[in-house]
Amino acid sequence: MIRFSHVHKEYPRTGVALNDVSFAVNRGEFVFLTGPSGAGKSSILKLIYMDELPTKGDVMVSGTHSTGVKRKAISLLRRKLGVVFQDFRLLEDRSVEANVAFALEVIGTPREKIRPKVARLLTQVGLASKATNVPRELSGGEQQRVAIARALVNDPFVLVADEPTGNLDDRATRGVFQLLREINAAGTAVVMATHNLELVKRENLRVLEINRGQVVYDSNDDKGRAPELTP
Amino acid sequence: MSLALREAMIGFRRAPMLSVLSITTIAFSLFAFGLFSLVAINLRSALQQVESRVEIRGFLEEGVSAEAVADAMQVIGSYPEVARVEYVSPEQALERAREELKEFRDVFEAGFLPGSLDIRLREGSRDPVKVAEVAQRIRGFNFVNDVRFGAEWIQKLYTIRNIATAAGIILGLAFAAVAVIIISATIRMAVMARAREISIMRLVGATDGFIRRPFLIEGFIKGVLGGGLALLLTWIASLVISKYFIQTEFFAPSLAMLGLLGGAVIGVAGSALSVGRQIRQVS
Ligand SMILES: Nc1ncnc2c1ncn2[C@@H]1O[C@H](COP(=O)(O)OP(=O)(O)OP(=O)(O)O)[C@@H](O)[C@H]1O
Ligand SMILES: [Mg+2]
Repeated sequence: MIRFSHVHKEYPRTGVALNDVSFAVNRGEFVFLTGPSGAGKSSILKLIYMDELPTKGDVMVSGTHSTGVKRKAISLLRRKLGVVFQDFRLLEDRSVEANVAFALEVIGTPREKIRPKVARLLTQVGLASKATNVPRELSGGEQQRVAIARALVNDPFVLVADEPTGNLDDRATRGVFQLLREINAAGTAVVMATHNLELVKRENLRVLEINRGQVVYDSNDDKGRAPELTP
Repeated sequence: MSLALREAMIGFRRAPMLSVLSITTIAFSLFAFGLFSLVAINLRSALQQVESRVEIRGFLEEGVSAEAVADAMQVIGSYPEVARVEYVSPEQALERAREELKEFRDVFEAGFLPGSLDIRLREGSRDPVKVAEVAQRIRGFNFVNDVRFGAEWIQKLYTIRNIATAAGIILGLAFAAVAVIIISATIRMAVMARAREISIMRLVGATDGFIRRPFLIEGFIKGVLGGGLALLLTWIASLVISKYFIQTEFFAPSLAMLGLLGGAVIGVAGSALSVGRQIRQVS
């Protein structure tokens, strides 16, 4: 589903961010990306939704290769995956349901299909009662649920989450993580970058540890513990 | 479409001053164009009136034979530019002069005025060049002493009209270019005002064409509003001129529609010029 082959990423002013990264994520997998700040986690996620393209090597996502990819193909790829961030990225002057509907409208979904879909998604993330509120009337955890609902509008095969619980307290973190597990259980792969090592330790899920632009540990290859997770 | 329209309206709401600025520059560019066009169309209709009265008058030598005159009339009548030739005898000329200048009727004596051939040209052959050409041919008859036609001032009116048209086009184009530049500059700010939406559109897979659309619609609406404002200003100007100077006619409805269209073209062109580049700056 997702395959990084000898991916190098160099940014114009900051230099090398990823150095020969190779890994694959299979259908329905749940993968944590861990590692210190600046390790390259966000860079990997950006390469997945092709916000950035590799300097060298190839990224393949759902059959789309980064090598020689057209802008249009990137747009179409993004309709097959969902992305959420630490800062939610909601439209502040629109209601919860308008925020979710927006993602469907801008890819030309027929109007009559939008309403029922939005209602279903808001029920799924437990926000049906807040549909007409605006984001600032919601808690952080609730706002992240809206963002997740928006990421799910196209029934993506993978949900890419960059520190989705980074701005949340423990309770909200547990709630949002539980939601991600449910989504994963329903068949959507999840790739989640996080600094929350307790969460990672608690769950028996795949871990990719990144350090200085390289994959230093993959729990799929090694049944021992990740360097970062070793006490 | 309705979505793009809604997003365009959000653009207006987020940056009202910017929108007003764009509309005003479009309006002024078209107003400048409109004023000169107004002069041009009014001169044109004045010219048409003058032209319809254009006559070439060839004064005849005294004592020329009726036969020679009849022959000449035949020849002149066969020129493709000529609508009609009329012989005016010295007696008729005197009669006419007395009629037209009643105050001086006693001044005119028999034999004081020569006979003449009055030649009227066909429509389409009344421009200064053709008139001069025909006049030249008339002069070629040896019993024609002198040829008169309103050459100079027709020439002048034509020149003024051409200058007005050219000035209108040049000024209009210059202003239009300025308007396009200003609008394309304001697009940058309009894009910034909607950066959040754009980055979300990107993220969920909206195409560049789709992201661009609200800005083009915004440009179109601003253009039509600017064109409308320009029409209003030009109309007021024509009323003022009619009231205090001379009676002027306003644009025909089809020409007025062209003003709106011009605004729309400026608005869309200005937006299209930079929106692609600007939306790429938003990640
Ligand atoms: N857009 C960019 N332009 C230039 N350099 C960048 C850009 N994005 C990331 N970098 C650089 O790439 C390196 C990796 O950054 P990245 O954001 O991938 O790290 P991260 O693992 O997500 O860190 P954090 O845990 O703090 O979010 C850093 O050195 C950073 O300075
Ligand atoms: Mg990061």
